[in-house]
Amino acid sequence: MSQHTTGPAPSAPPQPTGGPPTSALDLAEEFLDRTTPLSRIRNTLHRYPAISPAIVLVIAVIVFGFLNDRFLNPANLSLITQQVAVVGTLAVAQTLIILTAGIDLSVGAVMVLSSMVVAQTTVHLGLPAVVGLFLGLVVGLAAGAFNGFLVTRLKLPPFIVTLGTLSIFVALTLLYSGGATVRGGEMPALLTAMGATFSIGGVNFTVGVLMMLLLYVVVAFVLQKTAWGRHVYAVGDDPEAARLAGISVNRVLMSVYLAAGAILALGAWIQIGRTNAASPNAGAELNLDSITAVVIGGTSLFGGRGTVWGTLLGALIVGVFRNGLSLAGLDVLWQTFAVGVLIIVAVSVDQWIRKVRK
Amino acid sequence: MSTATETRTPILQARRLVKTFGRVVGLDGVSLELYPGEVLAIIGDNGAGKSTLVKCLTGAYVPDEGELLLDGKPVHFKRPQDARAAGIETVYQNLAVSPALDVAANLFLGREVRKKGILGSVFRVVDQKGMRQQAREQLSSLGISTLQDVSVAVENLSGGQRQAVAVARAAAFGSKVVVLDEPTAALGVRESNQVLELVKRLRDQGIPVILISHNMPQVFEVADRIHIQRLGKRAATITPHSHSMTDAVAIMTGAATA
Repeated sequence: MSQHTTGPAPSAPPQPTGGPPTSALDLAEEFLDRTTPLSRIRNTLHRYPAISPAIVLVIAVIVFGFLNDRFLNPANLSLITQQVAVVGTLAVAQTLIILTAGIDLSVGAVMVLSSMVVAQTTVHLGLPAVVGLFLGLVVGLAAGAFNGFLVTRLKLPPFIVTLGTLSIFVALTLLYSGGATVRGGEMPALLTAMGATFSIGGVNFTVGVLMMLLLYVVVAFVLQKTAWGRHVYAVGDDPEAARLAGISVNRVLMSVYLAAGAILALGAWIQIGRTNAASPNAGAELNLDSITAVVIGGTSLFGGRGTVWGTLLGALIVGVFRNGLSLAGLDVLWQTFAVGVLIIVAVSVDQWIRKVRK
Repeated sequence: MSTATETRTPILQARRLVKTFGRVVGLDGVSLELYPGEVLAIIGDNGAGKSTLVKCLTGAYVPDEGELLLDGKPVHFKRPQDARAAGIETVYQNLAVSPALDVAANLFLGREVRKKGILGSVFRVVDQKGMRQQAREQLSSLGISTLQDVSVAVENLSGGQRQAVAVARAAAFGSKVVVLDEPTAALGVRESNQVLELVKRLRDQGIPVILISHNMPQVFEVADRIHIQRLGKRAATITPHSHSMTDAVAIMTGAATA
């Protein structure tokens, strides 16, 4: 390419300032010209990654509704939302971390540790409920800070860091609690408040479900509307480019792990309300379920792409599949099987979507 | 425009910069002057010190000796952010754009504008509408007409369009100097021409440009003056009128002196 001689550049005539977005259409046409219907679908999915989980959820609800009359029953729908509340909350934390191209295997363990601290300090030490909840928050933040420190300062891969801290937090939980469950009946009312129900149009919701939805609204707002949200995407997308643009990559990563820790503490509160207990053995499956929800929701494990709304859809899909298959009378193992298939399909779709224009 | 500049004050001036890496001397007392409204190309063989020189100018490296003057005043850049704050913007070879973010978000990446009032100050909401409007104005003032849709994700753009985004960002915030490090190295012929056209427009808007390139025809097309690096030193500063491409290559390789 060094041999060509450059003539005057064939630039388009300058567009009048602030003109109508006609050239947006030009660009889109140029873009679509060389596409087949299939790749057009791909481009749409690329732009709106939450479309595919939304379609899957609608189809799943319709199919399970036909398979069993009880599925669309208000009581059953209420049950599904309650089952989703804890995983859905953890999945928000997981989404933030996966958006930075990380992964957190310790979300369930941190949540359980936090819930045990809340329960033990209030029931056994007799501290006020508000103080107990605050200490739970401190535990969540400390765990997040520890993960974040190892990722940003020691430059260890998040997978390895959280694989290690998963074991550490599980062990701490069992050591601290002595393996004993604290029942909800012993706790101050505030700790189990997330399990209280209210009714909208014949469907019962718990406060925990409402709290989870509120969390989604807040995090979606922050990700879309604030500079911090954009920086999270930029860091996950291409950390070097983000750094050259003047973003402090380590500071963004650290803030993400701290935010995740705070969200996990909220998850602990919701979990206590949902199960009406704080058990050190709860939440073993929550790590993988939260990752499943994020991945099915269209967030890329490679970072920089995805939305929390997709994650909510992903969490609902997992809940609907588990509930629907069990109502259809299938063995519980087939639920696990189906979730496994969902993950692989979701990641395959993500890979395919990412092939848009290299 | 290029000839009678020597009596004016340089906007950016480097005096006898020295930068060593252990025993390796990267820069051996290099001086450089950039005058207002000119395109200064820096050429040189691999290892001649082009990149080291530019990194000293943009704060990526701190020179061991020598001084840097911006508008005649001494400056000391410890980080790239310092140079940027002083009005020197750099477009890196490896395209520092975030593929998944849209054009406007990339233009303002790291410098987001917040909304006025409580939404911006308390809730820290970015002014997306305002930034998109400014992005459109910036792009059309540079004549980048193919990029009017600033809500398109950068990954959907061609290499030339991405480079245009990077150049537009530098132009938008580089109040004093814009530095382009091999801006056409990864581009095809047509896209390279678009970028060169952009360089000329920047100059026409009065922003001086430092252009590092390997591509002689491109350098001779856009540069007002050409700084030739050889073995860590400035071998010569020539103009496209005073010397031919063959002369430049000869100076670069040491076969001739200016």
